[in-house]
Amino acid sequence: MESQVELSKIEQSAIRRKKIQNFFVYLLLTFWALMVLFPFYWMVLSSLKSYSAYSSEYVPKFYTLSPTIQNYIDVFTTVPLGRYLLNTLIFTLITTGIMLIVTILAAYAFARIEFVGRDFMFMIFLALMMIPNELVIITNFVTITTLGMRNTFTGLILPSITSVFYIYLLRENFAQVPDELYYAAKVDGTSDLKYLFRVMVPICKPTIITITILKVIECWNSYVWPRLITDNSLYFLVSNGIQEIRENGLGRENIPAMMAAVVVISIPLVVLFLIFHKKIMEGVSRGGTKG
Amino acid sequence: MDNKSMKGWLYLLPAIFFLGVFMVYPLADVFIYSFEEGYNSASQTFFGIGGYNYSYVLHDPYFLQALKNTFLLVVITVPVSTLIALLISLGLTSITKLRDLYQTIFFLPYVTNTLAIGLVFMILFKKTPYSDGMVNMLLNLFGAGSVDFIDGPYWAKMTVLCIYTVWVVLPFKILILTSALLSVNQDYYNAARVDGTSKFRIFMRITLPMISPSIFYLVITGFIGAFKAYSDAVALFGTNLNAAGMNTIVGYVYDMLYGDSGGYPSYAAAAALILFVIVLTITCINMLIRRKHVYI
Repeated sequence: MESQVELSKIEQSAIRRKKIQNFFVYLLLTFWALMVLFPFYWMVLSSLKSYSAYSSEYVPKFYTLSPTIQNYIDVFTTVPLGRYLLNTLIFTLITTGIMLIVTILAAYAFARIEFVGRDFMFMIFLALMMIPNELVIITNFVTITTLGMRNTFTGLILPSITSVFYIYLLRENFAQVPDELYYAAKVDGTSDLKYLFRVMVPICKPTIITITILKVIECWNSYVWPRLITDNSLYFLVSNGIQEIRENGLGRENIPAMMAAVVVISIPLVVLFLIFHKKIMEGVSRGGTKG
Repeated sequence: MDNKSMKGWLYLLPAIFFLGVFMVYPLADVFIYSFEEGYNSASQTFFGIGGYNYSYVLHDPYFLQALKNTFLLVVITVPVSTLIALLISLGLTSITKLRDLYQTIFFLPYVTNTLAIGLVFMILFKKTPYSDGMVNMLLNLFGAGSVDFIDGPYWAKMTVLCIYTVWVVLPFKILILTSALLSVNQDYYNAARVDGTSKFRIFMRITLPMISPSIFYLVITGFIGAFKAYSDAVALFGTNLNAAGMNTIVGYVYDMLYGDSGGYPSYAAAAALILFVIVLTITCINMLIRRKHVYI
C-alpha cells in the first residue's frame, strides 16, 4: 500500500517536472519566433504609415490606426521599382533555365556515359567546388568589361550560370537510377538524349525541383556581381535597386516608402517559401549554405 | 576517340566551357594580377613583377581595419550562432506539438533578401533627430541611454552587425542541427534512461558525440561564411563602408575593383588571395581538430 502511494507521488512529480520543462522550451521557441518575425512585422507596419505620421512619432508606435497604401503607389511611380523587379525576373528565369540545361547534360555524362577521362574530369569538377567566388570575380569583372558587356543581361547572366555543386548533386541522383532501365531503352533503340529527358529527368524530378528553387533564391538575392557589372539603373536588380532607393531615391528620410519597397521585394520569395517550404528546407539541408 | 567518348565530352561541353572561361582561367589570372606591379586597367600595362601589391595591401589602413572587423565578426558570431542554434534545436526536438510551425518560422530569414531586410534592421537600430528608434526605446525601458547604432561608436556598429549576421545565419544552422538531433538512434537514450543516467550526462556522452559531425560542419562553413561577410555590412551601413569604418575583407576587394576608390585589380587580387590563404589555413586547422574530436 505504502509503496503504491510512493509510486504515484514520483509519477506526479515527474509529470510536473516535464510540464515545467515544456513551459520553458515553448517560452524559448516563442521568443525566438518573435525575434524572427518582428522585423517582418515592423516593415509591413512602417510601410502602411504615412510619411507625416511616421515622422511625428518620436516614440515609435506598434500599430497604426490610419493605414495608407500611398507608399506602395510611390515606389512604383517615383522610383523604377517595377523595372528592378522585371530585370530580376528576367535574370532569374534565364539564368536558372540555362543552368538547368547545362547541369542536366553534365550530370548525365558523369552518371551514365562511360568515356575516356571521365573520372579525371569529375575530380577536377569536385576540386572546383572549393574555389571561392571572390577569387574569380576579379578577372570575370575585367573579362566582361573588356567584352563590352557591362550593363547588359548577357554580362549579368553568363558568369552566374554554372554551379558545380548542383552538377554533383544531380549526378548522385542520376547514378541511383538502375542500369536496367538504360539497357532496356537502348534495346528499344532510344537515343541517349531522349532517354535522358523522357526517363531520367522525370525520375529525378524532386532533385531538379530542389536545385531550381535554390538557384532562384540565389539569383533573386544576388548582389555583388550585379553591383559590379551594372551602373546604369535601367539594369539594376532588386538588391541594387533597394540600395539605390536608399541612397538616392525617395529622399533619405522617407522610411515608410523604403519599407514599402522592401515589402514588395520580399513578397515573391516569401510566397515561394510558403508553398515549397518542405522542399526548400530539404534541399538546403542536403547542401545549401549561406554565408 | 570512339563514339561513346565523343558523346560524353559533347554532353560535358557546355559545363566545361562556362567553368573554363569563368572559373579556371580567372583562377590562374588572379595570381598573375596579384604579382603585376603598377597595373593600369586603362592602358593594360604594368611596370614589373613582384610582391609590391601584397605589401601595399598589408600596409593599407583600410585593409587593416577590414581585417580587424572581419576577425571580430568571425570570433563573435560563429560561436554565438552555433550555441543559440544548438539551444533552439534541442528545444525543437524535445517537443512534438507545433514543431513544424516553429521550424518553418525559424527558417524564414534564409529566403529573404539580405539587403532588403538589412534596411529594416537599420531603421530598428538607427537614431535620428526626430526619433530614437525601436531598439533605443527598449533600452530606455531598461534604464539605459540611447545610442546611435548606425552612425555612432564602433562597438555599437559592431554589435548591430553581429546581431544581424547571427539573425541571418541561424536558419541554416537550426535546420542542420535539428535534423542531426532527430536522426540520433533512440535506443541509446532508452538504454541510458534504464541505467538512470542524468540528463546532463546523456547530453554530454550521447547527444553531443552523435551530432559532433554536424557541429563541425557548421563551424567550418560558419568560419568560411563569416570571413566572406559583406552584403550584411552594406545593408546596414551603406555602400561606403570605408567611411563608416565597417568594411570587411571582401568589401575591400570590391572597393579596390570598382566604385569611387576602384580601378586597382592588382590590389584587389592580392587582398582576395590573402583572404583565401586565411580561410584555407583556418579550414585546415578545423579539419585537424575535427579528426581528433569527431567520433564518426
